[in-house]
Amino acid sequence: MMRPNFYLLAKKGWMIALGFFAFGFALIPLYNIACEHVLGIKLEQGAVDGDAAAAMTVDESRLVTVQFVTNTKSKLPWEFSAEKTSMQVHPGALSEAWFDATNVSQRDIVGNAVPSVAPNSASLYFNKTECFCFTEQLLKAGETRRMPVRFVVDPRLPKDISTLTLAYTFLENDIATKKLAESNQAAAPAS
Amino acid sequence: MATHAATDHHHADHHDDHDHKPQGFMNRWVFTTNHKDIGTLYLVFAFIMFCIGGAMSGVIRAELMSPGLQFVEPYFFNQMTTVHALVMIFGGVMPAFVGLGNWMIPLQIGAPDMALPRMNNWSFWIMPFAFTVLLCTLFLPGGAPAGGWTLYPPLSLQGGSSVAFAIFAIHMMGISSIMGAINIIATILNMRAPGMDLLKMPLFVWTWLITAFLLIAVMPVLAGAVTMLLTDKFFGTSFFNAAGGGDPVMFQHIFWFFGHPEVYIMILPAFGVVSEIIPTFARKPLFGYQAMVYATASIAFLSFIVWAHHMFTVGMPLGGELFFMYATMMIAVPTGVKVFNWVSTMWKGSMTFETPMLWAIGFVILFTIGGFSGLMLAIVPADFQYHDTYFVVAHFHYVLVTGALFSIIAAVYFWWPKWTGKMYSEKWGKFHFWWTIVFVNLLFFPQHFLGLAGMPRRIPDYNVAFADWNMVSSIGAFGMLCTPVFMFLILWHSKKHGKTATAEVWEGAHGLEWTVPSPAPHHTFTEPPVIKASMLAHGDPTH
Ligand code: HEM
Ligand SMILES: [Cu+2]
Repeated sequence: MMRPNFYLLAKKGWMIALGFFAFGFALIPLYNIACEHVLGIKLEQGAVDGDAAAAMTVDESRLVTVQFVTNTKSKLPWEFSAEKTSMQVHPGALSEAWFDATNVSQRDIVGNAVPSVAPNSASLYFNKTECFCFTEQLLKAGETRRMPVRFVVDPRLPKDISTLTLAYTFLENDIATKKLAESNQAAAPAS
Repeated sequence: MATHAATDHHHADHHDDHDHKPQGFMNRWVFTTNHKDIGTLYLVFAFIMFCIGGAMSGVIRAELMSPGLQFVEPYFFNQMTTVHALVMIFGGVMPAFVGLGNWMIPLQIGAPDMALPRMNNWSFWIMPFAFTVLLCTLFLPGGAPAGGWTLYPPLSLQGGSSVAFAIFAIHMMGISSIMGAINIIATILNMRAPGMDLLKMPLFVWTWLITAFLLIAVMPVLAGAVTMLLTDKFFGTSFFNAAGGGDPVMFQHIFWFFGHPEVYIMILPAFGVVSEIIPTFARKPLFGYQAMVYATASIAFLSFIVWAHHMFTVGMPLGGELFFMYATMMIAVPTGVKVFNWVSTMWKGSMTFETPMLWAIGFVILFTIGGFSGLMLAIVPADFQYHDTYFVVAHFHYVLVTGALFSIIAAVYFWWPKWTGKMYSEKWGKFHFWWTIVFVNLLFFPQHFLGLAGMPRRIPDYNVAFADWNMVSSIGAFGMLCTPVFMFLILWHSKKHGKTATAEVWEGAHGLEWTVPSPAPHHTFTEPPVIKASMLAHGDPTH
């Protein structure tokens, strides 16, 4: 009997291995899809269309409590808080909340806020039309900023949910901060 | 499916030695393509790694012997826990099983060698380099990785240059494992002697075949995960960096997609070893051979859908928690089938208790304890209490030390006479076993109590309330540190002064490996053997 072609076999083995290497990376979009379509958790996707939000019918008969939680990562020297920690809104009504952030350090820092909604089954029904978390925030040394969040709770929010918590965590964006420091340095000798 | 290829190739290189061993250290060991020599290299390497990893656990247990900081800085302590785990998993258990596979798979299926002998040489010789790279980080400024073997970001990325070294080392180990796995699959699927049907193969061969598929599927996923860590740290990507839009929890999902099958990579070959030893010393065929094969395959399949039981507390929807809880518990079913079959094999057997049998029985009992604590951890609400406590440490040491490691020791005593042609001292082998049984339980059993009482894992200092059981555990650890010395002396003595072994070695042993002389000649089965059902452990497929 002929010797089977082991090199072909080895090649096949390596192709499978390479496939799984790629699969490791593909897991990221796959998990995101699973999250949204199987488990019903909305991952952050930026602003919803303002018109669509305005078109929702306001449910005057129902009041939902929205709580705000603010965190900063220990390495970020910012003070960050919500002006009101909780408010009552009618589903379908466009509402607004304000947040304050202060850079208490001596250097300019770029930060990013990561939002999260609890309970996570409510995340599908929580729509933001405007948020400071959609973009990087640059705070110069000592600078304070008032930042709005405009949102509307979808009237289809399941009846058993009466309280939503919106949490923000601010993290230092190391890469953007470093770039900023470099460009500041480059600009300094010129001026 | 036989092949005569290997016969052709060794006609070409003649040696005076009747055994056809290559002469000189370089030719014999460095350039070797012989499955037995490579098996030996793997086993020696694994033994050295077990000693290094053992020394690190000695540092950990010395520090934890009493509350307060005694011997080492907390940061160095964390390096010890991290590197201990990496060395034991990737340098100890996995290479030891690859070594056993290299030695025994061709002998058990009647093949002259592995299918890809040169790749075999490569896959071994990458390992010493990988571990030199990993271990040298201990001497770098900033020290070795200290964020835990699971390398969770952002913590793992806060170390110094050691991250890059560790990741490079992991890539090399991964490549080595994949090559080893491809080789084993190619060998088992193509090189079996005529008459060695798939469902007549010894269980050790079966479990290795399935393990090899697991390796090919998940080692590349680990490689992908650590590559993303590397680019996050050095090239400005944000796969797991929350500030850049990534998600650190995503790493845990990808890591455990590798990590849980990985624990089965370390235990399936152990199941194989035990399934060879118990029938030999119970003098009965293995009970439920086919059930064993199917149980192994179902465990392998299930291992892909339970990963998130390591992440119950990081935040998951209720549906996810329930799914992963029930899927995890389901693994206990095929595992239970296996334990049942081992016990049934012993039932009414004419048992004798030579050293390998003692280790195998020790395995069955103590591994099962580890399985039970696993079931406790699988219960979501309970895991919220147990997670990241010493209870988890107790669980995985029961399955890995008294499971995987016990089976490796059992296998070495079982096949040693075949490898060397010498018997070891039963008296001292049994001493080794009983000493280990006492100290391994002193070492790990109290860790259950510590965990239930709330002692967190990966800490160098703790509340005085935990002092007593930590002292007991450390005493157990110091007793365990003697065991590699015992084993070395026993095997050394056997090699020098042991009684000559017969070809059969164990009374009535079945399987092709017992049909070749002891020590197994450098080249075996250059002509495929003629297989009779009576030679095989599972020759009768109706069993
Ligand atoms: C019936 C079988 C098993 C079940 C139900 C089970 C369940 C679990 C669960 C739920 C955890 C997570 C605990 C936590 O972090 O809170 C865990 C951890 C672990 N298990 Fe198992 N397990 C089983 C068998 C095994 C086997 C056979 C091995 C290895 C040979 C193993 C190795 C490990 C390891 C290494 C960890 C800890 C990983 C780490 O966090 O560093 N388990 N097990
Ligand atoms: Cu697991």
